[in-house]
Amino acid sequence: MTRAVVFALAVLASPALSLAGDARPTPAAVTAPAERVAAPEGRVTVPAERVEVPPPPFSEGIFPCSNCHAGMEPNRERRVLTDMHTEITLRHDEAHRWCLDCHDAQNRDVLHLASGEPVKFEESYRLCGQCHGEKYRDWRAGVHGRRAGSWNGHKTYLLCAHCHNPHQPRFQALTPKPAPKRPTRFIPSKGAR
Amino acid sequence: MEPTAKQERGMTRRQFASCTAAAAAGFLMTACGPKRLFDMPRDRLRTLIRDMERDYTEKYGTAVTVADTPPIPGVKFAYALDVSRCIGCRRCVYACVEENNLSRDPQVHWIRVLEMDKEKGIDFAHADPYYEADKVPREKHFYVPVACQQCDNTPCTKVCPTGATRVDPDGIVVIDYDWCIGCRYCMAACPYGARHFNWSEPTIPEGQLNPNTHYLGNRPRPKGVVEKCTWCIQRTRAGRYPACVEVCPVGARKFGNLLDPESEIRYIIEHKRVLVLKPELNTMPKFFYFYGT
Ligand code: HEC
Ligand code: HEC
Ligand code: HEC
Ligand code: HEC
Repeated sequence: MTRAVVFALAVLASPALSLAGDARPTPAAVTAPAERVAAPEGRVTVPAERVEVPPPPFSEGIFPCSNCHAGMEPNRERRVLTDMHTEITLRHDEAHRWCLDCHDAQNRDVLHLASGEPVKFEESYRLCGQCHGEKYRDWRAGVHGRRAGSWNGHKTYLLCAHCHNPHQPRFQALTPKPAPKRPTRFIPSKGAR
Repeated sequence: MEPTAKQERGMTRRQFASCTAAAAAGFLMTACGPKRLFDMPRDRLRTLIRDMERDYTEKYGTAVTVADTPPIPGVKFAYALDVSRCIGCRRCVYACVEENNLSRDPQVHWIRVLEMDKEKGIDFAHADPYYEADKVPREKHFYVPVACQQCDNTPCTKVCPTGATRVDPDGIVVIDYDWCIGCRYCMAACPYGARHFNWSEPTIPEGQLNPNTHYLGNRPRPKGVVEKCTWCIQRTRAGRYPACVEVCPVGARKFGNLLDPESEIRYIIEHKRVLVLKPELNTMPKFFYFYGT
């Protein structure tokens, strides 16, 4: 029985039929994983429809932003920052974007969507999802990005921001771990099978 | 009527006779052959495992447990790797070494990351597992990590003369090291180079043994047996993800239950371009490669 299922899936998966793979996911498939999320302690939890994530990857001491910004007049002018945040350079469609498109001008402790709806940093994926819908759907399904927990139970999600710096989202190249030793007993051909 | 049917199947009386004889012999051999691990009476298995734990604990100086967690009913494991995401950083290779107590010297790696040319596509004749680089991914290259493909139609288990290796009901191809006689037929049969032989006594530096082991997985191996990836059987049968999935910095590795329509594996099969390695061999791997892009 199970063998038959596997075979059916294997056939489905064959490259010949792969065009079907471009079909858009149904909304049901996308929201399903989130509904199974429960809320253990010690983690940031977000209400239904939201997913559980580890704390956002802020630099130490930067949050809450309101420590400084509460008493500051928001400056909507597009400019080079000189007094603070000088390490931030936008490389994210920067010709069309400025800080306050994502960060809320009135309450710096939150982000905001295009609609103006405030969004907590724990839910920054909703902001990203507005412009990267397809990636967001895959992410919800656990296919883009990464989930932790158990494969048959409770899972937590890494935020987009855990892997992509929102200001320069291109994934940084990594230094690889050492190459395996070449076997001495057998002289390998380059293509080792 | 009768002869036509025979011709259609292309089988002569003689062939039929020899097939029957072979089948009968095969049945006899398996029926009378060695008992497998989980055919063993429970109490005998318990004793065996307790002795094993005592020996390992003594040898490695740390409290080692050997689990015999059976397959979970209704679960068929599958794995999917996003080729468009993998950057060839080899984090998975070394996470696997540590988790599964692989020999450091001589070096055994269950995962091999193959560097391939984008121009040539997936082409094993031009794959390089020994690439060196300051930063990955290297331009014009992509990466295909290969370990045991956990086939459903397994060339390796069929040639095993002792029944030491088999496919468990959850789909994991396992080896009982106590039954392995080191003949290496399975290595010759595997089209993916996924089985590895302990040519000499495996070494694990002091204090680096992972003490949470499984009988069919990462328990310390002796010299002279074959070993391979078990999808971290000691973790996955306990509901956890394999070590390589958890360590992957780009999130290219996916694992789940093929029979659960809500698993990430099923989402991938339904929504992505999926392929298997060497499909022409009809090995029916449960290890899929896909393009997440
Ligand atoms: C695409 C939307 C977006 C834009 C545009 C953007 N940010 Fe951010 N920013 C974010 C998100 C999302 C985070 C949260 C990162 C995290 O979770 O740690 C963040 C984090 C920060 C932080 C905290 C960083 C740290 O070190 O932890 C600062 C400061 C900041 N942004 C300032 C700015 C400034 C100044 C600009 C304009 C130059 C800007 N942002 C533009 C989305 C954006
Ligand atoms: C230590 C004080 C301090 C903290 C903490 C701080 N900021 Fe700022 N921020 C400033 C100052 C000062 C400026 C003005 C810089 C300039 O004009 O050169 C500024 C400017 C900005 C701007 C540019 C728009 C504007 O209103 O001037 C954004 C966006 C911003 N901060 C976001 C954040 C976010 C998001 C956080 C929290 C993650 C944060 N800041 C935390 C001091 C701070
Ligand atoms: C207002 C729309 C918008 C929002 C919100 C947005 N992005 Fe983008 N993003 C873009 C556009 C447009 C591009 C392509 C232009 C570019 O590459 O600079 C892009 C490019 C990217 C890329 C590819 C970068 C590269 O160089 O390959 C990544 C990764 C990315 N975004 C991640 C994010 C993440 C993570 C967030 C949430 C913190 C986010 N984006 C929020 C519009 C957006
Ligand atoms: C586990 C880490 C991880 C997480 C979490 C993650 N991504 Fe990515 N993402 C990657 C990697 C790796 C790439 C490929 C490298 C690249 O092109 O920069 C990528 C690529 C992208 C791209 C560029 C796609 C392309 O075609 O080049 C976008 C856009 C993107 N991610 C958006 C998101 C959004 C939105 C989220 C959250 C909903 C997210 N990512 C979460 C690792 C991650």
